[in-house]
Amino acid sequence: MKKIFFLLILTTSIKCLAQKDSSFVNRIKPDTSKLNLNMDALYTRPFLQIGKLPLSLGGYVEANSSYFGTNGIREGLSFQLPRLTLFMSSTIKKRIKFLSEIEFEEGGRKISIEFASMDIELLPLLNLRGGIVMNPIGAFNQNHDGPKWEFISRPISATTIIPSTWNTVGFGVFGKYRRNNLTWAYELYFTNGFDDKIIANTENRTWLPASKQNTERFEKSFNGVPLITAKTAVRYKKFGELGISWMGGVYNKFEVDGLVIDKRRRIDLLAIDFNTTLPKIKTNVNIEWVWAIVDVPKTYSQQFGSKLQGGFLDIVQPVIRRKILGWENSVVNLVFRTEYTDYNVSNFNETGENIYDHLIAIVPGISFRPSSQTVIRANYRYHWQRDILGNPPALTAGFQFGFSTYF
Amino acid sequence: MNYSKRYYVLFVIILFVCTIVACEKLLPKAPNEDEILDGPVEGLSESENAQFFAGDIAFNDEVFTPQTGLGPYFVASSCGTCHAGDGKGHPFSTLTRFGQNDSTGNQFLSMGGPQLQNRAIPSYVPEQIPNGAAFTKLTPPANTGLGFLAALTDAQILSNADPNDINGDGISGVPNYISPPSYFQPQWFHQSFNGKYIGRFGKKAAAIDLLQQTVNAYNQDMGVTSIFSNTEPSVNGVQSPYGDNVPDPEVSSSSVLNVVFYLRTLKAPVQRNQSDLNVQNGKNIFKNIGCDKCHISQWTTNQSDIIALSYKTFYPYTDLLLHDMGMDLDDGYTEGIAKTSEWKTPALWGIGLSKNSQGGQYYLMHDGRAKSIESAIQLHGGEGQNSRQQYNLLNNADKEALISFLESL
Repeated sequence: MKKIFFLLILTTSIKCLAQKDSSFVNRIKPDTSKLNLNMDALYTRPFLQIGKLPLSLGGYVEANSSYFGTNGIREGLSFQLPRLTLFMSSTIKKRIKFLSEIEFEEGGRKISIEFASMDIELLPLLNLRGGIVMNPIGAFNQNHDGPKWEFISRPISATTIIPSTWNTVGFGVFGKYRRNNLTWAYELYFTNGFDDKIIANTENRTWLPASKQNTERFEKSFNGVPLITAKTAVRYKKFGELGISWMGGVYNKFEVDGLVIDKRRRIDLLAIDFNTTLPKIKTNVNIEWVWAIVDVPKTYSQQFGSKLQGGFLDIVQPVIRRKILGWENSVVNLVFRTEYTDYNVSNFNETGENIYDHLIAIVPGISFRPSSQTVIRANYRYHWQRDILGNPPALTAGFQFGFSTYF
Repeated sequence: MNYSKRYYVLFVIILFVCTIVACEKLLPKAPNEDEILDGPVEGLSESENAQFFAGDIAFNDEVFTPQTGLGPYFVASSCGTCHAGDGKGHPFSTLTRFGQNDSTGNQFLSMGGPQLQNRAIPSYVPEQIPNGAAFTKLTPPANTGLGFLAALTDAQILSNADPNDINGDGISGVPNYISPPSYFQPQWFHQSFNGKYIGRFGKKAAAIDLLQQTVNAYNQDMGVTSIFSNTEPSVNGVQSPYGDNVPDPEVSSSSVLNVVFYLRTLKAPVQRNQSDLNVQNGKNIFKNIGCDKCHISQWTTNQSDIIALSYKTFYPYTDLLLHDMGMDLDDGYTEGIAKTSEWKTPALWGIGLSKNSQGGQYYLMHDGRAKSIESAIQLHGGEGQNSRQQYNLLNNADKEALISFLESL
């Protein structure tokens, strides 16, 4: 905790110094000249370089207000500061980098190291990475910084099927190949994995985020079997970026002190992501879809799904791009998200009928970017959530207003 | 501020004001009171409302896990799993009871009876029905209005009993007499019959009061122990030597009592379309063909410790008595003094909303075998046979009116 306070004081002090001497602190803008991929999100953040210190600092903050109601019951107006994130990056030596991300959630109640890894570049096509890594499943898990998104709520499938931000300790390799208008990349990691809370939780459904409660995953594996995550992505300038990723491993404790207590039960996720910007009209389209297969004991309850799927489609249309309120190159976007998440893709043993337990949502909104690093956004959200039996859906709707900015 | 800036600021202010004004209209409306089953009875005090809310949370939101006491053998992981929206349950959460087909008492208690725990936490094998045991499947009932039924006196229930059919109407309702559990505390309205008491809850009226029903549900449905029932259910009579590694009791007595209070104070279903002529006609037909002899429409409570339940007239359409329902509904399983073909008259209130808790499909009768009200009527035999025959003699318009009336309940 003392270290964290020290970092906060250091960051604040640097800000003060920056106001006095602009030559002391330099803002490093992300390199956008190359065809960046979602996997580059870690490094394509704005950083502050402090004098000749070998350390760059950055971060972002999100603050929102919301007014929601479900089936006529109003939650009232509430305000949130869902996260404040600090990141540090350091080039230790040529081709050896260290980057970390520390996140303060819920006003500081939860403090976690989201990412802390050292990268060693042997070849452009072969980099080693070790430490706390964000598993490259889908696109959102790695590319989730608030200021990059026009929507206040994170995509549901990307936070409840893929439990973004999902990070664990491990090692892996990644590499990138660039040629003209094409970039191809891969990532492969061996990390600690999930635990059996994914089918033993108070959500009463297969719920991968429950494994995030297990902070011991940063110390040791739950069952000694590594979680393997692999992703490949390709970006072609005129086409966009397409990524395919897989993450799989054993989630349960099958052996204790050499005694077999259960069979090995696997969890596998497969995700596809795609993003592009349409030429001329500059519409940005972002899609992610994920399937999860979980080996749930047949003698357990069908309440816990063995197949899950879901995804989202984001459309961001810039409508005004000009100087607004004195800010050059400001952009106003009209935005729309639709998302679907099915926590139980199956049929009841007893009746053969479909198991529902799904959610559909639409989110129209508007965003204003006085700079590319700051977004002020307003969303209207409406979602229909059906229970496992498919009874009349719970209707939830509300307004959200907030901002997110790098600093 | 130049013209452009003023324009943008004005736009933002107008947008903000419009959003505030539109806010309420763009949020989902509450369903009508008569379209939902949950919610408290009118007239609870503030402290009673608080306890109702605590019970609501424990009933609908508290999900047990292996770490908090679920199982190791169980049927469901929460109360709400079986009683979505406090309505009737779905075949998914149907439970099975096994035992005898005669009146010698359940001979399978030492083999894990009467209730089958057909699910188990990982590493455990669920219970099986022992060879030779008779069994029945029971679909979860609706919870609404139970407090009104619990507030009736035994004398009121007995006033409709006619075991020997002295009035000769072919209806011979009898109460089920149940040996009370050790924690049962008789109230002023209970009567003892050689140490046994009248059962009111359950398909065969095997539970005397809502505390017994709740304690059994925690223990037998979820494998959760309480101070009232502190032993895990066994699997075919064999107790797991290690239990589930969760200290007993696994649920606090206050949680159990809050759930009991919640069940006692859930409102009674509100009838819809009462002014509809078809519904009114159906109500008359219901009476004319003798349905109301068992499905007694109107009751009035006596004094209750909950003022909101005292001296209240309500319309459950049940007599809380056992009736012989004939061969089609004879599952070969006895419970208490309830014979194999005897079932407690189910309350009909809320039947029209059943589909909203059963996934858009009716699953009626004790095991959910009837997929429509019509087919439920056709399953009536024994003491209900006369009414069924009279129903079959009705013209289509009258049949439709009767169904409309039932769906309005």
